[in-house]
Amino acid sequence: MKNNNKIKFVLLGLITGLVNGLFGSGGGTILVPGLFFLFGIAEHKAHATAISVILPLALISTIVYMKNGIIVWDITLKVIAGGVIGAFIGAKLLNKIPEKILRKAFAIFMIVAAIRMVI
Amino acid sequence: MLLIIIGLFSGVISGMGIGGGTILIPAMIIFTDLTQHHAQSVNLLSFIPIAITALFTHFKNKNIETTLCLPLIVFGIIGALTGSLLAVNLPSDLLKKLFGIFLLIMGIYEFFWKGKSRTK
Repeated sequence: MKNNNKIKFVLLGLITGLVNGLFGSGGGTILVPGLFFLFGIAEHKAHATAISVILPLALISTIVYMKNGIIVWDITLKVIAGGVIGAFIGAKLLNKIPEKILRKAFAIFMIVAAIRMVI
Repeated sequence: MLLIIIGLFSGVISGMGIGGGTILIPAMIIFTDLTQHHAQSVNLLSFIPIAITALFTHFKNKNIETTLCLPLIVFGIIGALTGSLLAVNLPSDLLKKLFGIFLLIMGIYEFFWKGKSRTK
């Protein structure tokens, strides 16, 4: 392993874990571009690799949250039920809705929600 | 019912490969009375079964760069422990504001840059 690569692994791994643990999300938004820009991994492979890295991290973080009594099972089950159906619909819609427009709409939602949360 | 609909929408978005938690958590904060900690825990926990399901397909299609995974997981676990221990010790209101700042940066990045990185 090259020295240069070691630093990349340490930084990308630490930041991904830190963000994912602190915010309970967002690991992928760091790791996918990180794999793409730092390691030159094609985007579909970066997505798949990110999921396999974040899964054990999410498990660890979930255990910490659980030990502190923060898990709400009934609510989580409802969200999962909706999420599974939604993910299936999303995969089918993938090539039917222009992605560019969807991304912009999604970004605007994020920015508006962010401002509401900070103020 | 509201929770199922929120799950449905974020599922559609994540099924299309765009964000997941970054839409689920703010939606739960705005439309329900969950605290920031609870909203984050819902996202963490619901990620696990969905990720396992997705990994079966990705593994079969050989889309996972396994040589990169191990070192990233090792340092990632150190980060995850630090991050989640920090999260559970912060007041929910402060955590919400920090999340908001992170979301704002991600939203601006998504709006301006992601399109360019994909065409590279």
